[in-house]
Amino acid sequence: MHGFANPRRFLGLAKRLTPILLVVGLLASTGAIVWGLVMVPPDRLMGETVRIIFIHVPTAWLGMAGWMTIAGSSLALLVWRHPLAALAARAAAIPGAVFTAICLATGSIWGRPTWGTWWVWDGRLTSMLILLFLYLAYIALSQAVDREGASSRLPAIFGLVGAVNIPIINRSVVWWNSLHQPPSITTGGSSIDGVFLWPMLIAMLGFTCLFAATVLMNMRALLAQAQAEARLRRRAMEAEPA
Amino acid sequence: MSAFAILLRRDLAILLPGGARGSAFLPLIFFLLVAVLFPFAVGPEPSLLARTGGGVLWVAALLASILPLDRLVAADRDAGVFDQLRLRGISEEVAMTARLIAHWLSFGPLILIATLPASALLSLSGPTFWRLLASLLAGTPGLAAIGLMIAALLASLRGGTALAGLMLAPLAVPLVIFGAGHLARVDMSGALFAGAFSLVLCAIAPFAAAAAIRAARD
Repeated sequence: MHGFANPRRFLGLAKRLTPILLVVGLLASTGAIVWGLVMVPPDRLMGETVRIIFIHVPTAWLGMAGWMTIAGSSLALLVWRHPLAALAARAAAIPGAVFTAICLATGSIWGRPTWGTWWVWDGRLTSMLILLFLYLAYIALSQAVDREGASSRLPAIFGLVGAVNIPIINRSVVWWNSLHQPPSITTGGSSIDGVFLWPMLIAMLGFTCLFAATVLMNMRALLAQAQAEARLRRRAMEAEPA
Repeated sequence: MSAFAILLRRDLAILLPGGARGSAFLPLIFFLLVAVLFPFAVGPEPSLLARTGGGVLWVAALLASILPLDRLVAADRDAGVFDQLRLRGISEEVAMTARLIAHWLSFGPLILIATLPASALLSLSGPTFWRLLASLLAGTPGLAAIGLMIAALLASLRGGTALAGLMLAPLAVPLVIFGAGHLARVDMSGALFAGAFSLVLCAIAPFAAAAAIRAARD
């Protein structure tokens, strides 16, 4: 992993990987959404509204995967002082928050006809909402750290504390109240019919590639910004009268 | 006297009412103010207040615990206290453990005492008052632990304390759920869960806060 501590090697890989991920992601997610919206039959109970799962489920997964990225990068930064880990955590925060917000919005739209209400204080909805607030707190903290040039290990500590707490938060709100259907896909198998399952899995793959491409592009932009600032400083120093 | 005891005595002298930081009564007054404001907002009907008052006091306790955070760690960090301790071989973890105990003692017991007048203002019944007291006793150490971590994370940022509420509230959600959930139950499970989560937080907090102080050094 430390092979990529050198930004140049990382940039070389990222430059080649970004277009691949972007193209695969766009093709897979558009394909899966078209498949899901046009070709899949309406569900026996939920009717046409079932089609929102092709967006809802992948965004829910990425909302959680985003924080796992933050937690993993934070650990790499705190334990191994990996220089790119701080960038990865920062680059994953905003996409993760956006996916969490999309997940909440689509769930709310789906809940209106199905449960008869825009919002219920159900365990899983509530834990996604709290996750969104954790993202916002993390983003605000890392922006404040950036602005004042403080240590990038500060948001990393918050990221790890959040990762330790997320399972407890999740369990506590589920214990509190639950209306959401139980998990449909477990390691034991799937209770979703194949006709819905396949487009959903492909949509998850596509959205994940898009997420990875966004994170890589974000990291490249952050690196480029740092390089531009360093170059400006160097040239200003050269221009100083001796 | 051991170094830990000396540290604890110093922290208590600073943080307790009448101490150098002089903000110990702030959370208490704020807590009571929420208990006064709530009936103005929803109306003084005793049955409504009795049903919702306990939860409101839990939220008030959470919000009150944000108030002392801006001076909890930052002032000592700016004065170089933790650097001095490090030079004398006292780790940040030890300093933060003492600070955690002193922080809880400076606002937890006061809020527990204030629960009595606040319960009267919100027409809580006798049994509800005792359940509220038990759940706050179990939950406020957790609030203190989250607060300490956040105060240490924000200590090196000038405009940082505005973030304290945003960072504290999501992490404190389980405490509110278990603590306020305890009020509507017949067994002790709510307070026990709140206490368990408090213990987890108190175990993490000194290490996370110490790591934050070390991170802010470079």
